[in-house]
Amino acid sequence: MSLKKGGPVNIVEVDKLTKKYGHLTAVDQLSFSVHEGEIFGFLGPNGAGKTTTINVLTGLARATSGVARVAGFDCATEIKRAQEIMGIVPDESNLYEEFDGFENLCFCGALYGMRKDEREKRAVALLKEFGLAEAGKKPFRAYSRGMKRKLTIAAGIIHDPKILFLDEPTTGIDVASARQIRQLIQKLNTAGTTIFLTTHYIEEAERLCHRIAFIVNGKIVRIGSLDELMREVQQENVVQLVFGNDVSPLRSSLQEEFPDVTVERSGNQTLRLRSSRPMNLTPFMRFFEERQLPVYEARIIRPSLEEVFVKITGLEAEKMKQEREGRGKP
Amino acid sequence: MKSWIAFWNILLKDMRNYYLKPPNISWGFVFPVAWTLMFFLKAQTEVNVRELLPGVMSLSILFGTTSVLAVTLTFERRSRSFERLLLAPLDLNLLMLAKTSGAILFGVVNAFIPVLFAALITNLSGLRWVPILGAVFLIAVTSTLLGLYIAVSVREVFEAQTFSNFFRFPMIFLCGLFIPVQGLPLYLRPLSYILPLTYGADILKSSISQNGHLALGVDFPILLGFAVLLFVLSIRNVKRRWIS
Repeated sequence: MSLKKGGPVNIVEVDKLTKKYGHLTAVDQLSFSVHEGEIFGFLGPNGAGKTTTINVLTGLARATSGVARVAGFDCATEIKRAQEIMGIVPDESNLYEEFDGFENLCFCGALYGMRKDEREKRAVALLKEFGLAEAGKKPFRAYSRGMKRKLTIAAGIIHDPKILFLDEPTTGIDVASARQIRQLIQKLNTAGTTIFLTTHYIEEAERLCHRIAFIVNGKIVRIGSLDELMREVQQENVVQLVFGNDVSPLRSSLQEEFPDVTVERSGNQTLRLRSSRPMNLTPFMRFFEERQLPVYEARIIRPSLEEVFVKITGLEAEKMKQEREGRGKP
Repeated sequence: MKSWIAFWNILLKDMRNYYLKPPNISWGFVFPVAWTLMFFLKAQTEVNVRELLPGVMSLSILFGTTSVLAVTLTFERRSRSFERLLLAPLDLNLLMLAKTSGAILFGVVNAFIPVLFAALITNLSGLRWVPILGAVFLIAVTSTLLGLYIAVSVREVFEAQTFSNFFRFPMIFLCGLFIPVQGLPLYLRPLSYILPLTYGADILKSSISQNGHLALGVDFPILLGFAVLLFVLSIRNVKRRWIS
């Protein structure tokens, strides 16, 4: 993430953005910013307003009120200027079935005014980088779902955009392709591209994003870095200890010795210690050493982003994921 | 320059993906032949090809352009590939010009297929080619924009076809293609004069069979006005419906 004097530079600025479709308010007084160089996660269930927000930012929809800016350009009045520096990868691959991979990339380059030699060179390089060099001459319709997603992402960055909008990039594709796409996203970000990522895969956001916004019913309910979001819901400290032998008979004596800590069994060889305050592990280690019970592993258990999401939004994350996956199936 | 690279490539893409596909090429040949044969068979006497030609040319353009643009745009909307064009840093007017240019060219080429057939069976000397070219181009423009209007109003490809016919078939009878406008009942004539094809067909009649009933100085400005008006309305419609 690029940091300049006085803090990060905002590449996206949204202020009190509202989008209504008739009586339905899809996005309600949304305010947030995306820092240049970061991977920004936009997380929420179906119908939360994620795609509507992207549509306003990319010029496919007009805001009812409020302001949205990309790289300083007003998305209502200067959208064509803003589109020059944006790459957009929609939730469904929308390239031309009749064209092969190479032709699709070249056509997308031409849409950004790239000259023939320039776009052909870039297309060849991208096909190679995305592992599609051999498939470059195959028609798009013959591609697998994973290959289609990869080519659609390649098409989104043919003109080397400053910011890439990725709408559900790994929905409905196989595990190997999804992993490859996540690696590509990280690689792009390392090379300096800001990523605006919408996803329903909480673990994907957890793995990739520098900052995350939770959006529910058209409103942002929380925004922050992973640490900030975790800290907010982390009400207790949990340490997990793993042993080589059965430790269940020791649980009650351990509890008696350390009354301030709640001791829980998690299988015969695992104990979990919970406390409202940070724990010093030395007395615990001594306790087990005296009883000749070596501790194989001691690990701080943090809440997952999924737990954070559920606590903050009150939504069932798994249900949200299943809903989306059901929709994403061909 | 950048915009023109995009414009040219959209036009080439449409030509390759739609207009130069065998079904569309055959449509361009089959349709005028079918119309010509129909009139030959129906007449049972010697047919005046010159009198028939303006009507067949107009219909070839009308049916070719409206269908092909309405269907291809609806198809691209359904597959969301049209979104890719809307997301490009290309002025909407230029984008729509690129999308319609292919259909306009297709219409112009279609118009001259009946002329080729006619040249085989009759003497076409004395035709006024400049007004013919102007009329063919403007009929293609207005018909294409009608196709655009249809595309903006429907969601499915089959709806585009049905909706196209809703406009096209009444036009065959109201635009003086085969029944002169003066021969229509009085209450139908105002309808004729609000249809751009009436003026285009009249120019062709004046220039091919010398039986137009309005002056070219009247026909051309009105037809041009229709073209501009339809383009402005279409762009407004696209903004309202597709970038809402």
